[in-house]
Amino acid sequence: MGAERRELLMQGNEAVAEGALAAGCRFFAGYPITPSTEIAEYLSVKLPHLGGTFIQMEDELASMGAVIGASLAGVKAMTATSGPGFSLMQENIGFACEAEVPCVVVNVMRGGPSTGLPTFPAQGDVMQARWGTHGDHPIIVLSAASVPECFSLTVRAFNLSERYRTPIILLLDEVVAHMREKITMPPAEELEIFNRVTPTVPPEWYIPYADTPSGVPPMAPFGEGYRYHVTGLTHDIRGFPTARDDEIGPFIKRLFRKISQNFPDIHMSQTFRTEDAEITVIAYGCVARSAKRAVVEARDRGLKAGLLKLMTVWPFDRSAVEQAARRSKVVLVPEMNMGQISREVKRVNNGVSTVETLNKVDGTLITPGEILEKITEVLS
Amino acid sequence: MDEYLDRLNIYASRLVSQKEYFVPGHRACQGCAEALALRLVAKTLGRNNIVACATGCMEIVSSPLPLTSWKVPWIHVAFENAAAVASGIESGLKALMRKGRLPRQKINVMAMAGDGGTSDIGLQALSGALERGHNMVYVCFDNEAYMNTGIQRSSSTPFGASTTTSPAGKVVPGQVTWKKNMPEITAAHNIPYVATACSSYPFDLMEKVKKAADIEGPAYVHILSICPTGWRIPPQLAIHAGRMAIETGMFPLYEVERGKYRLNIDLPELRPVEEYLRFQGRFRHLTPELIEKIQQRVREEYEKLKRKVEMTNED
Repeated sequence: MGAERRELLMQGNEAVAEGALAAGCRFFAGYPITPSTEIAEYLSVKLPHLGGTFIQMEDELASMGAVIGASLAGVKAMTATSGPGFSLMQENIGFACEAEVPCVVVNVMRGGPSTGLPTFPAQGDVMQARWGTHGDHPIIVLSAASVPECFSLTVRAFNLSERYRTPIILLLDEVVAHMREKITMPPAEELEIFNRVTPTVPPEWYIPYADTPSGVPPMAPFGEGYRYHVTGLTHDIRGFPTARDDEIGPFIKRLFRKISQNFPDIHMSQTFRTEDAEITVIAYGCVARSAKRAVVEARDRGLKAGLLKLMTVWPFDRSAVEQAARRSKVVLVPEMNMGQISREVKRVNNGVSTVETLNKVDGTLITPGEILEKITEVLS
Repeated sequence: MDEYLDRLNIYASRLVSQKEYFVPGHRACQGCAEALALRLVAKTLGRNNIVACATGCMEIVSSPLPLTSWKVPWIHVAFENAAAVASGIESGLKALMRKGRLPRQKINVMAMAGDGGTSDIGLQALSGALERGHNMVYVCFDNEAYMNTGIQRSSSTPFGASTTTSPAGKVVPGQVTWKKNMPEITAAHNIPYVATACSSYPFDLMEKVKKAADIEGPAYVHILSICPTGWRIPPQLAIHAGRMAIETGMFPLYEVERGKYRLNIDLPELRPVEEYLRFQGRFRHLTPELIEKIQQRVREEYEKLKRKVEMTNED
């Protein structure tokens, strides 16, 4: 990370690893799984040089557990996995939500369910990322569509996790993870890095789960004199298990509030030629790349198409989608699943415009041609 | 004829059954001794055998649609639960036989996984199955790393080996922990039979698998499976590497039958470990001091094993 910009040819997984290092991540615990293994391999070489720790765990349950432990000790921590491993991590992701432990989980989506298609892309884990762990909980899920985004969204994921004391899930798919592309690495000083707020009060005054206006209590690293109780049980402001309804309700509501009152900060999307679009394609991940190409070709044919690319998948970017729905006659949602985000689009659209879907689950990428064909069909 | 010969404990290449249940055409790498070991195991367990196979090299190479190398019922399960699924199969068969829906007969139930699927992610399921005492054979094909995903270390990777997640450098000499002793862990469950084997000693391997199947209750066979791709050795040296592993004492061949230890190949003098390490790319970076460290450990472990043999056999 020198002072000047460096132009590199890099793989998506490597860009995630670089992004993590740039964001200050110094702990990785993981387990080999295609197609995310390169992240672990890359960090196993790089982390020791920076005084960080790489541990290969015995499975994904343990990986997520180690990440939580490291984060509580005060280190920015992450893990990376794919479908089957992501399923195993769910219980501990729930723990991280409940105990408000900042951490980043990268899920490189492959075909499923079960072992599925280890070497083929898919977008089947979008709903799992939202609702995979049990219980009512908010969660932030990002989706990268290019190698530069792998870098920038990993940095962003760490910043969001530190700011809101919550686990962040970064979704990649096999295409983006294994694609090699040019990336311009920004100098370290240009990157905005956010570190968790630590308590300024003396240890005896510290209330670990206090209801602050932001909804995010300061977090003391273990071992610095701030002795407090961390538990997966629903707890009061001091971290002790509670059965009182006047404490349980406010606690769960605070978990939601700390996310919902910051939607403008969390929501990220990009629009491309949507000003006068009659049809807006809403896409994320590798499909957004095909969609962009399809929009360019549609415009060449005189069809008024536009693209809304979602980078924050959850919480769902209601305002951006509503805007797209109001502006155009038709909204098209191409996805490499049987329709997960399109359900959300339909919910938000609420009958304003027509919602069309294009679903593909055969392990291959949705091509620009397929999207273009659908655009032509819908507009004629 | 086969049935008759099965009852004899004679092993000679001409007397071994010609019938194969793990057949050619699979996609294992050149010189894969794991596929060889699996072939011998499948041959020994015969036709009346149901296999629960965890994710791993042997699952991937043996089942690319529309081909299969399996001539027996075979179930690919998740990474962590071969032992659990095999438990279910065994219990299910037992229930069917008890109710008279299935004629009483000997059906082997075999669970198989690699070293990762056994000593890392599958350990909990294995321990549970051994504790419950299902009548099954669990075979661990130990190629000492996660070869299927591209040579990442496992807890079964030997000290000093360079893998993609334990890369050797100037400061860290590859894997820094010692190989997890899976045979001892399973023996500690007090199961009737535990054995180590290697496909470089085919008759010994087959005899052990046969014993494991014949014994009532859970049996565990740990097979050192040489992986030329992951160990960075020429494919033609796979069998040689297995022999060296045994002759240097890196991987002693022994069995624990109802608590009694027995060394199957008891060498009067071990070869220096260097003879095993030096031709393998994964150990190329080792310094003489590190080799000495490994030598010392091997010697100690071998002595410990010999003491166990003496202790459990005195009357």
